[in-house]
This record gives sequence, C-alpha cells and structure tokens, in this order.
Amino acid sequence: MAKFGIIVFPGSNCDHDAHFATGTVLGQESRFIWHKDKKLGDIDVVILPGGFSYGDYLRCGAIARFSPIMTDVVRFAADGGTVFGICNGFQILTEAGLLPGALLQNASLRFACKQVHVRVENNRTRLTNKSGAGDVLQIPIAHGDGNYFIDDTALRRMEERGQILFRYCNADGSVSPEANPNGSLANIAGVMNEAGNVFGMMPHPERASDALLGSTDGLPIFQSLIESAANQSLYHGLMTAERS
Amino acid sequence: MFQSRIVVTLRKSILDPQGKAVEQGIHSLGFPKVEDVRIGKFIELRVATDKRDEAERITKEACQKLLANPVMEDFSYTLEQVKS
Repeated sequence: MAKFGIIVFPGSNCDHDAHFATGTVLGQESRFIWHKDKKLGDIDVVILPGGFSYGDYLRCGAIARFSPIMTDVVRFAADGGTVFGICNGFQILTEAGLLPGALLQNASLRFACKQVHVRVENNRTRLTNKSGAGDVLQIPIAHGDGNYFIDDTALRRMEERGQILFRYCNADGSVSPEANPNGSLANIAGVMNEAGNVFGMMPHPERASDALLGSTDGLPIFQSLIESAANQSLYHGLMTAERS
Repeated sequence: MFQSRIVVTLRKSILDPQGKAVEQGIHSLGFPKVEDVRIGKFIELRVATDKRDEAERITKEACQKLLANPVMEDFSYTLEQVKS
C-alpha cells in the first residue's frame, strides 16, 4: 500500500483523475493536499496533477511554484521522496528547478489533445519498473505547451545518465519526427532528475487507467510507484532495525 | 519611485513558431521585406524607492527568479525615475 498526496492548485483539473487512478482503480491511500497547506504530511508519493494552475499566467507553472506547499515539496524531494508531475505538474517542476529543461509552446501553435504512443527508455526507475525497456504505451496528451527544450550539453548528460524516461513514438515503437506531437527535442515526453526521485511527463497516465477510458497503459506507471514505495519502506524498516 | 520596463524574449537559439506565423501574416499584408519576427513579453512595474541601485537590484532579481525563465528566455530592462 502506498500513500499518495495529490496537490490541488487553483486551476488544477486532473487532480480527481489522479485520485481515481491511484485511489479507486488501484485501491491505494490517496488524498488531496491544498496548495496553501504548509506540510505534505505522511505520504510516499507527491503527485502534481495536470491543469492550468494560475491560468497559465506568465508561463505555465511559473506562479504555482510559489504556492506555500511547494516549500515542503522541495524539502520532500531533497530528502529523496518521490515527486511526480503530470502535464502542468511537469511544467511546475521545471519552473521550480526540480527537473531540468523547460516546456515551450507546441511547435504547431495548437493545443494538442489526442492519443499518442510513448516508448519506455529507462525501466530501472521508481516510475517505470513495471514496464519493459522499449515497451510502447498508449497514453493521451492534452497540452498547448509541451515542447521540451534543454541545451545540448545538459541533454547529453541526461541521455548518459538515463534521465530520459519516455519518447514519443509510432505504434511500433519507432521514434520519428511524425510521431512527435509538439516539437519536443529528441521526442522527449518524460524525464527524471539526476537523483532519480523526481519525475515529469506530458502525457496523462491517469487518463489511461481504466478500460472504459480507452487504455490501461497508464497503470504500470502508478504500479511502479506503488512497488517502489513498498521497497523503500522495507529498506527504511531494515535500516531502522539495524540501527536499533 | 522607479519605473521598470522589462522585455523578455526567447533565447536566440530557440525557434519561435509564433514569430514565424506572424511573419507570414506580415508578408501576406504586402511587406515581403520583413524578416526575423520574434515575439516576446513586455512587463512594466514600479519600485517604491528613490535609490536607483535598489530599484535595479529588485528588478533584476524579479526577472531572474520569476519574470523570465533562464532556460529559454533572455531579458533586458530600463529604469526611469518617476514622481510617485
């Protein structure tokens, strides 16, 4: 059993979807955390959900990172806690400096709302351990600013360290410019930080968590988080037992 | 009192599809000589101080930490002393 905390910013609109996936579908302990709260409390995973926090004013996610709860999210991440940003949550994490890079306006200048395929590039992470390397997941996107950008030097370092988690691809897993829905550099759809505990992706796995929604390919992502939360509490338990 | 006028632009190395689209519009308008259109943001703010260096420090820090994202944007500003 993992304890999920879902941050609710003014303008979040996928908070209930994330709650549905983690709580209703997967039966985990899942609760909402208001952005004005100061403490996350006892949780294993923080989810920053999709939406349009603060109306996307200035830049997507730019204002949300100053919400009172973000101080504790930064503290939680520094302590090694698992933080997962989806869509607008991903944008907030880059703005907060918890994830590298930035999300620019889609190259098409259009809001993109459709099913896409992503390929799992690194399956040895807390977010992807239930997938096989190279697995293709069908997950929807819904964003106007999902065009991932980072400078060349930093990109190379991320590639070397396995920080690229998902790339937009065709149904057969091949990565091509045609499969890129927003102009993202190197078809990047999801990344993690260097320490391997902060994650962000533009596609919405919570919207692919029930057959009725058209796909269940988002489930392995949440199941991975549950598995890694269980392993971590086991690890912490052992450490505590050793010390005492 | 100081008036800051801030311009935020996409870094030169970054493609600006919005600028490209507007450029095509300007060409359609009958001005084929126009090129390199880039879209940015203009922000005005006032700083309640009579010290120029303080106004500059606050403006610069606001730009670095919020008004521009250094990963993708550059900024510049001017300061003008005004009557409060």
